[in-house]
Amino acid sequence: MSMRRMRRETLPDKEHQACGLFGVMNRKGERFGGRMAIDALMNMRVRGNGLGAGFAAYGIYPEHKDYYALHIMFQDWDLDAKREVDKFLGANFDVVCDEEMPTNPEASVINPPLVWRYFMAPDKKGDEKRLSDDDYVVKKVMHINTRIKNAYVFSSGKNMGVFKGVGFPEEIAEYFMLEKEYRGYIWVAHSRFPTNTPGWWGGAHPFCILDWTVVHNGEISSYGTNKRYLEMYGYYCTLLTDTEVMAYAVDLLMRRQRLPIEIVAKIFAPPMWDHVDIMDEKRKKLYMTLRMVYAPLLINGPWTIIVAHHGEMFGITDRIRLRPITAGEKGDLLFVSSEEAAIRAVCPNLDRVFTPMGGEPVVGRLKGVEKELRKKAEEGV
Amino acid sequence: MEYSIGGLRDMFLGNVRRLEDILSYANISDDIAEIDASRLVHKEINDLMQYCALQGVRKIVLRGVCGQRYLGTRLYFPNPRPRLEIEIHGHPGNDLGAFLDGHRIVVHGNAQDGVGNTMDGGEILVHGRAGDVVAMSMRGGRILIRDDVGYRTAIHMKEYKDKVPVLVVGGTAQDFFGEYMAGGRVVLLGLNLGNKPHRARYIGTGMHGGIMFIRGKVEKWQLGKEVGIVDMEREDWKLLEKHVGDFCEIFGFKRDEVLGGDFLKLKPMTKRPYGKVYAY
Repeated sequence: MSMRRMRRETLPDKEHQACGLFGVMNRKGERFGGRMAIDALMNMRVRGNGLGAGFAAYGIYPEHKDYYALHIMFQDWDLDAKREVDKFLGANFDVVCDEEMPTNPEASVINPPLVWRYFMAPDKKGDEKRLSDDDYVVKKVMHINTRIKNAYVFSSGKNMGVFKGVGFPEEIAEYFMLEKEYRGYIWVAHSRFPTNTPGWWGGAHPFCILDWTVVHNGEISSYGTNKRYLEMYGYYCTLLTDTEVMAYAVDLLMRRQRLPIEIVAKIFAPPMWDHVDIMDEKRKKLYMTLRMVYAPLLINGPWTIIVAHHGEMFGITDRIRLRPITAGEKGDLLFVSSEEAAIRAVCPNLDRVFTPMGGEPVVGRLKGVEKELRKKAEEGV
Repeated sequence: MEYSIGGLRDMFLGNVRRLEDILSYANISDDIAEIDASRLVHKEINDLMQYCALQGVRKIVLRGVCGQRYLGTRLYFPNPRPRLEIEIHGHPGNDLGAFLDGHRIVVHGNAQDGVGNTMDGGEILVHGRAGDVVAMSMRGGRILIRDDVGYRTAIHMKEYKDKVPVLVVGGTAQDFFGEYMAGGRVVLLGLNLGNKPHRARYIGTGMHGGIMFIRGKVEKWQLGKEVGIVDMEREDWKLLEKHVGDFCEIFGFKRDEVLGGDFLKLKPMTKRPYGKVYAY
């Protein structure tokens, strides 16, 4: 691809450090600005390298909460791509509002692409009426990512959005004006650059499909297997880096197949066979079944991820914890981070700090009846 | 000064200020220095500590530490060899006391990953918990951690003749405790477990030197294939009395109660566990 070659010429060599991950959730659904996420990543500056940073925020568009919010990036300000996307969206959705993403031109970022946001409802026709709204949106997002050159969908959920690019976290935050423009009840953030990829705006974390976002520290050595398996379910990886498979895998397992994270954790990070051997029959059967059905979704290699969607955020590592994770709690706030110091930098007096065993998730959920509170959060309470 | 590698800013050395520009962050009176670390990066803190030591300071108090790495490294003074006492308030970052050359570090709070990485001598006390790979490749001195530690504690710890590192952990540990251990003495006390068992798995996997003592419940399946349980000897109790005794005194535990628990002594079965796997 010419695009990739060009990028290799314009960007400096990458340097290997380690990604910085941070997530914070208010479990009551109360919304707050992006400052904590920005400060936490700034505290972990040595984990980044200025070649990528990104944020996902939930509850940010209460005025359009019933519409899918698409953040779409147009590489090299390709206006032909934009025209094509506009035409495609017009034909498949009722677009109620669309505008250029508000950005701060003073921010020091390298070659920002055009980023546009659309609020829209599905306009299904013919056979596609059989698809659920979510499945329909996934299909159309895949179309844009794979068929329309220079257009990439950053995020596609309701009442949430992804903001990402090439730069340090504070630069990306300044560019998208995250501190002042948005208030969310979950903020997930990442610094450094996508694995095995030249840093580019579409390749920065978080990765998103519908309202599912993933940030990742590590390297997924099972990427090929995972990618091919997901293609069978209509997910196509176009962003040139491994983490993308995690976003599609959680969408497949948790949204479409309705599995809880406690089970998904055992698919991504299954127990070792010698520990399965000594389990009681019931658990043994469960774990062996999961391995048989979902073998291609075992995520191998070193990884720590933070996954979020409306109402829930969780952090988890690979089963032998080859990448760090620390969780902290303060009242209704749950933090998950690569380093404890980053949490302390934004919330010095924590009620509790803990680190789960490898493969065991730290889960934050909205309190009470999830659905009810979710509605409330989306209304902006 | 801007450091860059291939046009990229260097995250560790970029924008590090010169010593003369940061002297105001250190307040020296007699042989005690207090450093406000809240606006300093790790290299600046270590530069300041080195400067203080050369000025005759023997005790350094660091305040406002939050995530700075490698604190206490590079404090190498061959002749004479002053021993510094470094008190840390806040949250030191990874590789605290890496290559530590005989100084004493006391942390009032939690530490992160890699405490005492390749530490050569001295002592690190943590009034809190620590993260993964504590005492990695440690080759001398002593580390006492009051609460829990994470994965791969004491990985490839080593010893040589009378230089035997010691690690005492008051809480519990996660998996691969003592992985590839080549020497040293590691004590896991499990003081915060109550009656619950340790959860660590693969304890001592690849271990081929040194001794581990575990107080509390551990099942056989939690042990690596390379370690065996052996009987405690008089020398072992002497070692525990000294180091666990100090531990209890420092962190305020009841010595007799702690030493009265059941200790499991683990030793490697062979010095070359993988001799048949690898040809060279």
